[in-house]
Order: sequence, then structure tokens, then C-alpha cells
Amino acid sequence: MAAVVEQVSTTELRPAVAGRNPWALAWRRLRRNRIALAALILLVLILVLCLGAPLYAHNIAHDGNVLSPNLNGTTVVHGKVVPVMQEGGGLLKLGETPIGPTWDFSHYFLGADNIGRDVAALLLYGGRASLQIGICSAVLCCIVATIVALIAGFFGGIVDAILSRLMDVIWAFPVYLLAISLATELLTHSNGLQVGFLHVSATSLWTPTVIIAFIYVPYVYRPVRGQVLSVGTKEFVEAAIAQGASNFRLIFSEILPNVVSTVIVLLPLMIATTILTESALSYLSVGVQPPNVSWGTIISDGQDLLYTRPWVSLAPGIMIVLTVLALNVLGDGVRDALDPRAKLRVR
Amino acid sequence: MLTFIVRRTLWTVVVMFVITAVVFFIFFKTPGVDPARALAGRSPSPQTLAEVRAQLGLNRPLYIQYGLMMKRIFITRNLVSYSDQGQLIIPEIFAAAPATLSLVFGAAVIWIVMAIVMGVAAAKLRGRIYDPILMILALIGVSAPVFWLGQVCNFITQGGLHNSVFSWVPPLGYTSFTTSPLHWFTGLIFPWITLSILYIGFYARVLRANLLEIQNEDYIRTARAKGLSERRVLLRHTLRTSMITFVSLFGLDFGALVGGGAILTEVVFGIHGVGFLTWQALQNLDLPTIMAVVIYGAFFIVLMNALVDIGYAWLDPRVRPA
Repeated sequence: MAAVVEQVSTTELRPAVAGRNPWALAWRRLRRNRIALAALILLVLILVLCLGAPLYAHNIAHDGNVLSPNLNGTTVVHGKVVPVMQEGGGLLKLGETPIGPTWDFSHYFLGADNIGRDVAALLLYGGRASLQIGICSAVLCCIVATIVALIAGFFGGIVDAILSRLMDVIWAFPVYLLAISLATELLTHSNGLQVGFLHVSATSLWTPTVIIAFIYVPYVYRPVRGQVLSVGTKEFVEAAIAQGASNFRLIFSEILPNVVSTVIVLLPLMIATTILTESALSYLSVGVQPPNVSWGTIISDGQDLLYTRPWVSLAPGIMIVLTVLALNVLGDGVRDALDPRAKLRVR
Repeated sequence: MLTFIVRRTLWTVVVMFVITAVVFFIFFKTPGVDPARALAGRSPSPQTLAEVRAQLGLNRPLYIQYGLMMKRIFITRNLVSYSDQGQLIIPEIFAAAPATLSLVFGAAVIWIVMAIVMGVAAAKLRGRIYDPILMILALIGVSAPVFWLGQVCNFITQGGLHNSVFSWVPPLGYTSFTTSPLHWFTGLIFPWITLSILYIGFYARVLRANLLEIQNEDYIRTARAKGLSERRVLLRHTLRTSMITFVSLFGLDFGALVGGGAILTEVVFGIHGVGFLTWQALQNLDLPTIMAVVIYGAFFIVLMNALVDIGYAWLDPRVRPA
């Protein structure tokens, strides 16, 4: 479908009114949506900042491994050298309090966490993990769900019945509890999971990615299967059948291009959901495992410091809210741009 | 209607069976994981391992293992937590349930009342101040992690302002209603508000859209033509019809919250409910407790969903399949 329109536009039948392919039209509509565009810019900004984490950590803040404890380290505040972990107050000087925000970009901008790590640097590294897990699991989930939906919707009958019932069962599970049971089971096994030739170690970022991708498959499967069913009865599919097209061609070059827009509408909303899920699992200590950090683990670590050093948990929370908000706004914008009449929602 | 109920009940039973089977497979048959070692808690002694193997019949056929497990969870209820000195798990879950129910019920009351008030106001005063407020609330609801909102709330009420404005807020934790109704209320009010913020915006927007859609129906015009007052049309005709969607949505969310969704709120506010129990089990990797909570939680959700479907079919005959 898209290919045909593209050909028309390149041959330029009438120079005055150039045909445009639907993606270009959608992009033009999205560009006119100022709020969605602002969300997109914010997202790109966050992404660039997080990708630049090593740059900040090693060249601006301090050198050494930012992810390892720094209990005996020192830093510079107003030109004076001070320890990162400050002695507790009172007569006994019990306990240590990490240094608070210095608001100095190159020295513990947001202070230190409970083991003396630079919160600003952790925030960027944590963002990498959160965004990587969020994006990868949403993409993985959408790909798997689309393939299953194509098979179920195209073949129908018993195949559809079995696959749809299977999805219903996953759907019936409480999202967090399913993720928690999968995660704890994988975490108790220190050697990680071995499926065929694929090896996922227990502390790898791929463990939460795969778990989160798996639990949301039915949420993408349902709308996509509906779309496959409705596209499957269209005339151009019948025409292709009449031409003697193989099942493979019918699925991948007739039906798939027409359900891709549904998946693309769902993708930003799914990334928003997966980022929130990742942070929740990490907060409950079954998501990202040390030595890795994510926004969720920083919030979890910051809970003990909430009343003395609130920025440790406030900062990653603000990052999550901004990212997820931007993704939701962008998702709405993409939906309006691709299909102005659609009523598709994740919830 | 009867056929619908029977079919829905049968499907519920099937789903429950499959859920127990899936959980069983996750905990007993994950490739490369020794279930005895996993279930026996952190660094178990050889005696504990042998005891776990014997109690769960791990050397016997698969269906006997499954049967023994289900018997321990539902019939004899003597599933023990190996990392918690043989604590009986099922009674522990039931003892924790009132805290979870208090949290979710209170939050539900707040979000329902607020959503109805704001949804009706937004539908009546279209395009005025309510629409942007609802939009912002709904966006916060879908974008902010609830545990972080809880921390911000704790920081405000338990931090610097605790000695002045919020001196009436008790320290984090849960006091049962029978011990002290006042402390029960003051201790839960901020958890309620935090949890309900996630839902108010979304529910109010659903209600608003629904009210606007129904306003153009023929029977509303008829009601107006009969000369009914505007208030009566709104309360008895428009709002009543919108309640069908509203109630079914509520049933699903309520089920999901009680069946495990409230875990994050419970942990951040230190409310010792089922979610907190799960979290403690997670810290010790106490798998039998997690398994029991998952199964009971999932059952509650599946039951609530079935009730919602049956209630929906009862209210609206159009959805009953032939």
C-alpha cells in the first residue's frame, strides 16, 4: 500500500499537487502539534544526556568508577577539600551522612548516596539502564505480540482460539505479581537462565527486559489482532489471494504494512508503561541488580536518606515523571497524526 | 443470563487452574533451577533441603508435586516459610489482608467521589477550568510512579513540616481500626490520597466523555421534553447510564489493587498488608510466601473480573453473547 503511493509521488503525475506518502503526511501532522513536538525534543534531550553519562562522569565530575562505593573519598566544596561521607552529629558522632547537593556541576552536583556515589552521575547511568530496559522491552514486546497477532488473525480458527486463550491467561495475571514471581525465580539462580544457546545472567539488564516484555504481550496483542482481522477482509487482500499470493506474502507484504501504524501508535505508550514497571520492580529489589543502577534502584536507595538528603530520591523520580509524561504526550500526538479518528488507548 | 453465568464461571475455573499451573511451573520447573534449593530460603542447611524435598514430594511424579502443593495452599493451609522459622504462610496472609483492604477501600471512596464530582463538573462546564485540571491530573496519574509520589508525600508530612502543620500525622505504619479508629484514619489519610491521585484524573475523564456522549441520546431528549428538571435528568438518566462503564472499570481496578497492585503504596508507607508481606518475602527471597501471595492475589483478581463481567451483563443485556 505504502509502496504504491510512493511510486505515484516519485513519478510526479501533476507537478502542482505532489502526492505524499502517508508517513510523510503523518510526520507533517505531528510537526504541527507543538506539544507533541516539545515532548519529542525533551525525550531526545534526556536520551542524549543519559548516553553522555560516561562523558560527564569521567571528564567533568571525577574519574574512577562511579558505580563503585566511595566511602573514604573526598570532594571539593567552595575550594575546600571535604569528605564525601560526613560524620554524624551528636556527642557520639554515630553514623555517616553523605554529602548533600553542592550545586557545583563538577563536584557532587546532587550530593552523594548512602555509599558515597555521585548522585548526578548515577542519575545519568541509571537513566541509561531505565531507558534501555524500557525501550528494548517495549520493542521486544511489540515484535512478539505483532507476530503472534499476525499468525492468530491470519489463520483464524483453532490457531486463533488457542493463541487468544493463551493471551487471556497471561492477561488474567496481576502484572506486578507475574513479574515478581518470574524475577525472584530467576534471581535465586545465580548462574542465570540458559535457554538453548541464549544465556542470560541473573544480574544482567536483560533479565528485567525479557520479563517486562513478556508480561505486556497481551496488551499489544489484542488491538493488533483486531486490526489484522479487519485488514484481512479488505479487497486488496482478496486481490492478492486471487493473484495466487503465498501465505507468507499475504502476511508480510499485504497485512503487516497496514497494521504497522497501530503498533507504532502503541509503542511510545508501551515504553512509558515499561519504564514505570522497571522502576517499580527495581524499587521492590527484583528489577535491576547491583552493580547496575536504574532510576528505580536510586529511588529505593534514597528511601533511607529521605529526610536528610531528599534529592537522592527526588531527582530520579523527577526524571521518571518527565520521561514518562513526554512519552505519553508524544504517544497521543503520534496517534492523532497517524490516525486522527482512532480511539486506541493502552488503558 | 443463566448460560452466560455458567459459561463465565467455567472459564473462571479454567483460568484459575491455569494460573496455579503456571505459577507451579515458574517455581518448580524453571530450567536449571533446583526447586528445593530455591524454596528453602537463603543458604539452607542440608537438613532443611531434605525436609523440603520430602514435604513437597520433589522425587515423585509431576502431578503429585502439583497436587501436594495445592493441598498445602488451599486445604491444609500448612505451607511454611523456610526462611522465617517455619512460619505458617496462609494465616499470615489472611492476618495482613485487613490492612490492604483498608488502604484500597479508603482510596476507592476518595477517587470515586472526586471523579464523579470532577467528571460531572467538567461535562457541565465544558471548556472551562476543569478540563485542563483533569488533563493534568490524568497525566500525573499515568506518569508518576506511586512509590515516588508516596516518598514526596512522606517528605512533606514526616519531614520538616512534621513539627508544625502536619504534627497530627502519626509515624509511618498501620494501626488497625479496632485498636484506635482515629489513628487508623490519620495514619491512612495520606496513603489514601496518594493512591487515589493515580485514578481520579483517569476516571473523571472517562466519566466526562461518557456523559457528553449520552447527552445526545434520544431518551435524554425525551426526559427533557417531559419537563423534568435539569438536575433530575442528570442524576436519574445521564449519570445512571454512565455508571455502567464506571462500575465495571472500578471492579477491575479494585481487584487489581487488592490482588497485588497496592504493594508499592504499602511498602512506601510501611502499611503491613499483603503487599508489605510480599516485599519482606522478596528481601529474603522467601519463595513459598511469594508463591502463595501470587496465587491468592491472582484468584482475587480473576474472581473480581468474573463478578464485573456478570454484573455488566446483568445491567446491560446487549453484551450477553448468545
